Amino acid sequence: MANLQEKVSRLFPEATFEEGEILLVNIPDAKLHDLVKSLRDDCGFDYLVTIVGMDWVSSLGCVYYLTSSLSKEFVSVKVQTTDRDNPMIHSIADLYRIAGIYEREVYDFYGIIFINNPDMRRLFLNIDWVGYPLRKDYDANPEINPVSIENERQTDHTDSWVEQPDGSIKHERPRVFKEDDFVVNIGPQHPATHGVLRFRTAVDGETIQKIDVYMGYIHRGVEKLCEDLGYMQTLHFMDRLDYFSAHNYHHGLCLAIEKAAGIEVPRRAQVIRVMMDELSRIASHCLFIGTFCMDLGATTMLFYTLRVREQVLDIMEKTCGARMTFNYDCLGGVMADLHPDFVKDVKALLEVLPKNVAEYNKLFTGNVIAHNRLKNVGVLSNEDARSWAITGPSGRASGWACDVRKTHPYSVYSEIKFDQVVRTEGDSLARFQNRVDEILQSKGILEQLLEMLPEGEYCAKVPKVIKLPVGHWFQVVEGCRGLFGVYIESDGSAKPYRLKLVTPGLPAAAVVDHITRGQKIADLITIGGSMDYIVPDMDR
Amino acid sequence: MEMRHVTAQGIPYEAWKDNEYIEKLVTELQESGTNVLVGSLDKLINWGRSNSLWPLTFATSCCGIEFVSLGAARFDMARFGWEVARASPRQADFMMVAGTIVHRMVPVFRRLYDQLAEPKYVIACGSCAISGGPFRKSYHVAKGIEDIVPVDVFCPGCPPRPEAMIYSIMQLSRKIKVERFFGGKNRQESQKEFLAAHPIEDVAAANID
Repeated sequence: MANLQEKVSRLFPEATFEEGEILLVNIPDAKLHDLVKSLRDDCGFDYLVTIVGMDWVSSLGCVYYLTSSLSKEFVSVKVQTTDRDNPMIHSIADLYRIAGIYEREVYDFYGIIFINNPDMRRLFLNIDWVGYPLRKDYDANPEINPVSIENERQTDHTDSWVEQPDGSIKHERPRVFKEDDFVVNIGPQHPATHGVLRFRTAVDGETIQKIDVYMGYIHRGVEKLCEDLGYMQTLHFMDRLDYFSAHNYHHGLCLAIEKAAGIEVPRRAQVIRVMMDELSRIASHCLFIGTFCMDLGATTMLFYTLRVREQVLDIMEKTCGARMTFNYDCLGGVMADLHPDFVKDVKALLEVLPKNVAEYNKLFTGNVIAHNRLKNVGVLSNEDARSWAITGPSGRASGWACDVRKTHPYSVYSEIKFDQVVRTEGDSLARFQNRVDEILQSKGILEQLLEMLPEGEYCAKVPKVIKLPVGHWFQVVEGCRGLFGVYIESDGSAKPYRLKLVTPGLPAAAVVDHITRGQKIADLITIGGSMDYIVPDMDR
Repeated sequence: MEMRHVTAQGIPYEAWKDNEYIEKLVTELQESGTNVLVGSLDKLINWGRSNSLWPLTFATSCCGIEFVSLGAARFDMARFGWEVARASPRQADFMMVAGTIVHRMVPVFRRLYDQLAEPKYVIACGSCAISGGPFRKSYHVAKGIEDIVPVDVFCPGCPPRPEAMIYSIMQLSRKIKVERFFGGKNRQESQKEFLAAHPIEDVAAANID
């Protein structure tokens, strides 16, 4: 960290630094692009984790989190602007492909315009939406933005603010599609989009030319809701983002708050949490296999895979008391101790898993039709995976070893022996096989955890109302679909000043445009399915 | 006159909840009176309709996954004749609104409802569809779907267990059994009243600039 600070201060004397768990670089907007470019090219920060939009009342701004896939080091960059009426910050969309989408999200929530971003539309809200909802002075009066059953206004144009050579800013209105493009609308009500997602697809015959991913059909404003709730109360929303990774997301937010409040978690609780994470992973990947095969026409697979999923849900139900929205991890540990049958049930599950996975492989993976439809379809290169921030099994299918459990171990993962499942093909088949293999990997992890499950407390004593000191914290965990990050900023009160959730779903949907170009439209279903995005997860 | 005991899927009448509601419907039906021939025809049609309800595959969030479980082997809705989930609203009988409906989704949702073929029914499944649920205070969430479409059955839960979903569809089929299609004021008319009270003013106004 000291090296990095020295290097940056040599190149950018105007930068100021805030030491902490993660180095924070304050930089004026004019130098932002140069700084990020030199971080990417010279220091190896090749992965943009997130852009956190912020409203500090006196100023608006962004915090960029970058990490390096080689050194695993994090760095954050902070930019501020005091102009509230017309805030502008330079874009880094040309450095990281995913930045374009993240900047649109910040624009949607805070109204910050990113200079040189080619596509500055709103991301989740209608174009006629009044105000920027995550600003602290947002007027939430429902009469200003009423629920309307009129069709929302559509436009073929986008906005772009381009910096001219003389330094002035010019507003342009480029078209999203070319004038003579043939655009087919897919979704939001379509069985193969896995929820309410819409693709505006420009096709030439059967070949896809461009896809405009249109989101927001399930944008529920979780981040804003959290700002009005106590830390304990924010937890239950984690169940409802990616409902397959409910435990993992809970774990992430708990770790972030516990880190900030200095709460010590008993060892038994840590092991229980990790066990639940891995059980969710098995259930999640099982459902993925089922629905993915169903998209391709193999309806029967759903019944085979849901059999295992129901078995996992039974185990969870006994301990957590629910099938889907568990709300099990709490601050300081878990809500309740394990059910007496837990160990027996998990052992029974682990016993049947290999047989089931062999059956899936026999039925589907080796099938020649499946191979023809999956192999070399939707290839994502390693470099693109990092630029588009595709993590989880999809990123690992492109040869990028991005498993947070290995790269930034949390809880008891550092004591467990397992290997990341990495493939280099980067096609739909590799993404599919990675998930099948991860079921067995989770089995191995669970076996070790059962061995080391200690006796003791399942929850530490924590005060009823938790107040965090002034500051900010960032925590990443591995969800079932990739990296899940939590950014908390506290002003010292019992409510978060800002809670930003970094979800793997958003990049996974955004990249569909990139990897489907030049492919056939029938493969769109395959590719979209193999990315395994969850729509409430991307929209939040 | 003796009260007709409406039941579905062979469940004893006493085991049902909300019998008063169905009894009210039965009384209404009996009071309005009809001749024997048309009444029997009604019964026949209702028997057919209530036993082959086809759902629309419509899911926005968590509840949708429980609906998938409902289709799989353990809960197996094929037992009751509901397994023919249709992706097109033109072929479906009822819509299980499984999940949150947000501002941007409202026009789409309403259009899907309008596209359903008559007779059509709506089950509000889960607390989000009923009232907005945990997201009620959000700036972008509709506070229940009751203002958007007429709802036949409410199924509470977050998400409701698959058993609760089965029960809600059974209640729907019970409701269908006491419907009236010939003579008198039928349900289609009351639906039209609802739609007239919640009009889409100008579809053409949603133009492309």
